[in-house]
Amino acid sequence: MTVPLFYTLRNLWTRKWTTGLTAAGMGLVVFVFSAMLMMAEGLRKTLVDTGSPDQVVVIRRSAGTEVQSGIDRYQASIVETQPEVAIAEDGDPLLSKEAVVIVSLPKRGSRKEAYITVRGIGTKSLALRRQVRLIAGQLPKPGSSEILASQSVAKRCEGGGLGETLHFGLRSWRVVGIFDAGNTSFSSEIWADVDQLMQTFRRNAYSSILFRLRDPTQFERLKLRIESDPRLTLEAKRETRYYADQSELMAKFLRILGFSLTIIFSLGAIIGAMITMYGAVATRTSEIATLRALGFQRRTILLAFIVESLLLGATGGVVGLFFASFLRFLTVSTMNFQTFSELTFQLTLNVDTIVKAMAFAWIMGFAGGVFPALRASRMNIVQALRAT
Amino acid sequence: MFLIKILVRNAFRHKLRTFLTILGITVAILAFGLLRTFIQAWYGGVEASSATRLITRSSISLIFPLPLSYREKIRQIDDVRIVSWGTWFGGIYIDEKNFFANFAVDAKSYLDLYPEYLLSAEERKDFLRDRKAAVVGRKLAKRFGWKLGDLITLRGTIFPGNYEFVLRGIYRGRDETVDETQFFFHWDYLNESLKRIAPSLADQTGWYMIGITRPDRATEVARKIDQAFRNSIAETLTETEKAFQLSFLSMSETILTAIELVSFVVIVIIVAVVANTMSMAYRERIGEYAVFKTLGYRGWQIGGMILGESITLTSIGCGFGIALTYPIASIAARALSQYFPVFRVPHEAISMDIVASLVVGLLAALVPIYRAVTIRIADGLRRIG
Repeated sequence: MTVPLFYTLRNLWTRKWTTGLTAAGMGLVVFVFSAMLMMAEGLRKTLVDTGSPDQVVVIRRSAGTEVQSGIDRYQASIVETQPEVAIAEDGDPLLSKEAVVIVSLPKRGSRKEAYITVRGIGTKSLALRRQVRLIAGQLPKPGSSEILASQSVAKRCEGGGLGETLHFGLRSWRVVGIFDAGNTSFSSEIWADVDQLMQTFRRNAYSSILFRLRDPTQFERLKLRIESDPRLTLEAKRETRYYADQSELMAKFLRILGFSLTIIFSLGAIIGAMITMYGAVATRTSEIATLRALGFQRRTILLAFIVESLLLGATGGVVGLFFASFLRFLTVSTMNFQTFSELTFQLTLNVDTIVKAMAFAWIMGFAGGVFPALRASRMNIVQALRAT
Repeated sequence: MFLIKILVRNAFRHKLRTFLTILGITVAILAFGLLRTFIQAWYGGVEASSATRLITRSSISLIFPLPLSYREKIRQIDDVRIVSWGTWFGGIYIDEKNFFANFAVDAKSYLDLYPEYLLSAEERKDFLRDRKAAVVGRKLAKRFGWKLGDLITLRGTIFPGNYEFVLRGIYRGRDETVDETQFFFHWDYLNESLKRIAPSLADQTGWYMIGITRPDRATEVARKIDQAFRNSIAETLTETEKAFQLSFLSMSETILTAIELVSFVVIVIIVAVVANTMSMAYRERIGEYAVFKTLGYRGWQIGGMILGESITLTSIGCGFGIALTYPIASIAARALSQYFPVFRVPHEAISMDIVASLVVGLLAALVPIYRAVTIRIADGLRRIG
């Protein structure tokens, strides 16, 4: 025979104030916990969406990032003629030699500056990025000082909107199109003509080469050939791998921070739950004894109190998740110290996060409730009945 | 005395509950103090910056170099006392995970401009005499077990190739705010190698560090420097060292704001825990409060008793929390020395701890006080636990 769930529910309801406070405390912890998970997930999603596994990025050996890399024209043309490179419909290789510079641009409405990546693109760049769509205006004419701005740059940077003019590198650049790059790291970039850009910044080397493979399984062979060619000082990475490596430091930082914060905070919430449950047991001593006298077993009492505590945890979990779900509309932009440029990602709520957060809330409820429940189930009937 | 005795007796009536509450407060205060320390550590570089130093960098962004020829032009400007320059080398020692800051600097002027890096006269002489020499901070030397005379090889990421250095000096910071995890070496060494392997990168520097005569001339000098290079291929942006450091930090502002918010969330959580304890205590003692009122105690006196009990709890917890903050921060400092060269508990954190504990005590007691003051004697006596 089990204690009716109704009894447990009514108990929580009778002590609304205490239940509310405890659930609020747990809710806050769940909120922080899910915010951290959402941040990590948002970052991961951004990176996964940015790269495609069938594409290859080539940069200078041990440069690590595009910004630090340099590939001169001679080496670039060797890479271009590798047989594994896919061929586009017009007969040219589906490959883009790109240059990347970072410029600081003023943000709209403040004197603060944002470090924005300007990417010099070729004719194939857009075709190589399936996630990027032109949403307003037109593509820039090759060889001109027309540029494309991403939605976030158009919104946040002074002069980045459609038809406006940006100034960097002693030149003016007219924004003729706005692109939407979804949740990828291109979403905070500006795209300009590669030759114009290299000329402006007096550079003679590309930063990276991006191309699609004819057959994704040929990657290992190609990598070996490129990296052992004595004329080349380059390394090749799958695009997905390349972007994951770029934000490894950031991801690790978020993970450690999130983990340690949640552990500390959950201690506080577990203690709160313990106080509440010990209080519940103490005020109901004679009630518990009556239940026992009526024939309810120790196990059943134990279960009833643990269920009560789990319900408390669940309430906190639901409240925390409810408020955390609004964080989905939040976009985090921060500096990626590895690439020295801005990294923007949106917090993402998925089923995995919900499951983890609820499980966490229940664990907290259980941890807080198990000792009080044990105390309740171990009570001596006669003594407990006598207590007031 | 009698009052304090009552407060402490009341607070410890329920030993287990009191113990748990105090434990909760201790954890919260500890977390709050550590988060504050963390934020402080992030701003570490700002605190160490000097008001008489300016940084000139390319106005496009920090990754663009400036020509070395600017040195003489900057030197001509009034109130400029000393000009040094440096480049972020970004070299890797054996493996990427052994990250530390490494710069190529013009050695003599750099040491003159940064008197907070203390080197013995002997080490200074050795460093200046040997072009392949490098100087590292005390903490960095300890981390890798380097001794004077050791050979250190860094793999270039921005500048291709491997570079070999001889350790000629280990500097100490003048005070605790000085970063003791840096590695710097002769800019000439880098430049001569670049002339050989990548001539297009030679004779350029990442930034200029300028010492000025008086801090109040900073804006004027900065404006003059930028004016001198307007409309050139490499326009400059000059700001004080502090502004330079802050502009770096402002880019990771979102994360800092998040941590700051979270540090207050932990206080809110603990308010909920203490308020819960206090409201339980209140419910158990309604009858007693009614008796107190019958004896002639006024509402505010009873309210004071509840407030006193609540603050007694939070103060004890706060005391433990603060006492624990120091040893744990020093453990964290050792674990995080790679990321945060300076990690120590700021005084503000302690005062904020104390204020927070008082505020928590007050907030938690509010509702019980209100109820105790307004309850009618008859209601109080009638009600059962």
